[in-house]
Amino acid sequence: MSEWLENHLPKMVLAPSFIAVLVFVYGFIGWTAWVSLTRSKLLPRYEIHGFIQYDRLFASPRWDTAMNNLFIFGALFIVIAMVLGLLLAIMLDQKIRTEGVIRTIYLYPMALSMIVTGTAWKWILNPGLGIEATVRGWGFENFSFDWVVNPDFAIYTIVLAAVWQSSGFVMALFLAGLRSVDGEIIKAAQVDGIPTWRIYTAIIIPSMAPIFLSAFIVLAHLAIKSFDLVIALTGGGPGYATDLPATYMYAMAFSRGDIGQAASSAMIMMLVVFAIVVPYLYSELRAKTDG
Amino acid sequence: MADLAHSTPRSQSNLGRIALRWLLYILLAVFALYYLMPLFVMVTTSLKSLDEIRTGSLVALPREVTFDAWKTAWSGACTGIQCEGLQPYFWNSVLLAVPAVMISTLIGALNGYVIAQWRFKGANLIFSLMLFGCFIPFQVVLLPMARLLGMMGLAGTIPGLIFVHVIYGIGFTTLFFRNYYVTIPSELVKAAKVDGANFFRIFWSIFLPLSLPIIVVTVIWQFTQIWNDFLFGVSFSQAGTQPVTVALNNIVNSTTGVKEYNVDMAAAIIAALPTLLVYVVAGKYFIRGLTAGSVKG
Repeated sequence: MSEWLENHLPKMVLAPSFIAVLVFVYGFIGWTAWVSLTRSKLLPRYEIHGFIQYDRLFASPRWDTAMNNLFIFGALFIVIAMVLGLLLAIMLDQKIRTEGVIRTIYLYPMALSMIVTGTAWKWILNPGLGIEATVRGWGFENFSFDWVVNPDFAIYTIVLAAVWQSSGFVMALFLAGLRSVDGEIIKAAQVDGIPTWRIYTAIIIPSMAPIFLSAFIVLAHLAIKSFDLVIALTGGGPGYATDLPATYMYAMAFSRGDIGQAASSAMIMMLVVFAIVVPYLYSELRAKTDG
Repeated sequence: MADLAHSTPRSQSNLGRIALRWLLYILLAVFALYYLMPLFVMVTTSLKSLDEIRTGSLVALPREVTFDAWKTAWSGACTGIQCEGLQPYFWNSVLLAVPAVMISTLIGALNGYVIAQWRFKGANLIFSLMLFGCFIPFQVVLLPMARLLGMMGLAGTIPGLIFVHVIYGIGFTTLFFRNYYVTIPSELVKAAKVDGANFFRIFWSIFLPLSLPIIVVTVIWQFTQIWNDFLFGVSFSQAGTQPVTVALNNIVNSTTGVKEYNVDMAAAIIAALPTLLVYVVAGKYFIRGLTAGSVKG
C-alpha cells in the first residue's frame, strides 16, 4: 500500500493543478465559446443560435474602432518599443561606466502598475495644466498638445505611455542578447578592420533573431491584453475613440449587460493571441524535446 | 579646422571617438530624463498645493513643500461615495497579495519538482497545457469565473480574489520552478531514494534548500503581478474589498468635486511604492523573473 502510494504520489501532487487548469482554463474557454454562440443578454442562455453574436460584433462600429485601434496601437507600440529598446541596448553595450544606474532608470517603469502609469501620463498630457500649458508658459503661446482629449490623436497617447512603460524591458532583453554573442567572432571582425556599425548590422543583430521573436511575442501579447492603461489614461474616450478589444469586452460584460457580445469579443481576442503565440510555443516546445 | 587637417589620421580618429563618446553619454542622459520625468512630475506635483499647481509650471520644483496631499490620499480621498483615502484598499491589496503569492509559489514549487524530477508518462503534456494557460487573454475566463465565484459565495470577497490569482498564477510559478529543477541532475533523487528518503523528504531536505534564488524570483514576479493587477480586481471585487489599483483609478476618475491633482499623484505613488521598493531592493531578481517569464528560459 505504501509502495503504491509512493509510486503515485508525484501524480497525486500534480493532479489538483492539472484539474484546475483543465477546468479554469480550458473548461472556461469552452464555456465562453459556447455562450458566444447563444442569444445571451443579461444572463447566460445555453441554446445555440449560430454566429449571431459575431455578426452583431462585426457590424458594430464600436468594435470596428476597437480593432482598428488595436492595429494602430499594436503596430506602433511594438515597432517603437523594439527600435528604442535595441538602440538603448546597443548604446549601453559600449562599456558605459554607469551602466548599472542607467539600466535601473530605464527599467523601473516595468515595476509600476499600468494604472499608475496611466494616472501619471494623464496628468502630464492634460492640456490645461500639463505639457501644453508649460510650453505656453515658456512663451510659445500657440503651442498645442491636446492629444489626450482629441479623438483623432488620443490613441497615440496610449502608445506614448505604453512605450515608456515597456521599452526598458525590451532593452534588457536585447542587452542580454548582445552579451551572449560570441566574443571571438567580434574580435576577429575587429582585427579585420570591419567598422563597428557593420559588425552590428552584419554579425550581432542577425544572430539575435530569436530575441527579436521573443520581444515581438511579449509586446504583441501586452498590446492585445492592454486594458488598465486605457482605463486609467483615457477611459476609452473621448467617446469610444480609444476603445480596445479588452475595454469593449469589459464594457459589454460589466456595464452593458450584454454577455453574448462580451463572450464573442473575448473569443476574437483569444484567436488573435493564439494566431501569434501558438506557432511560437509549438516551435519552442519542439526545439526543447528535440534537444 | 586647420589643426584637424594637419593632424595625423590617428589623432583625428581619436577626436572623432571622443566626440562620439560624448554624443553617446548625452543621448543616454536624455533618455534617462525621459524615463525619470513622469516620476519627477508625480513627486513634485504631490508636494505642491492646488493653488501652486494652477499657477505654476508642471516641471517646476514646489515653492512650498506640503504633505497635505499625501495625508488626503492616504486617509481622506474619495473613491466614489466613500472618503477614507487609499488606506483600506492598500491593506486589501496586502491581505490579497501575501497569501496568493505564498500559495501559488508553494504549488509551483511542488509542480515543478514533480515535472522536472519525477517524470511520468503525460507529464510533459500536462506541462504544455499549463504553459499554454499562461498566454490566454483573461477576458476569455472572466464571465464563467464571475459566475463560479457567485455560486461559491466568494463573489466580491478577498478570498475569491486570492483564489483567482492562485489559479491563474500556477502556470507561471510551475514554469519557473520546473525550469530551475530541470538543471539539477536526476542522480540526486535516485541516490536519496536508495538511502530511503521519500518524495516529500527529498523535496523538503534536498530541493527546497537549493531553491532560494528561484523562490525569490517567483515571489517577486507573483507579487508584482498580483499587486499591479487591475482586471481581476475590478471584475471580482465590490465596494470595500477593492485592491489598491482599483481604488486609485476610482480616486483619479471620480467626477465629483474639485480635481485634486496633487492628491491623485500622491495616491499613485502610494499605490506604486511596494513594487518600486521591491524593484530597488531586488532589481536583479526582478529582471530575471521578467526575462524568464516572457522568454521562458
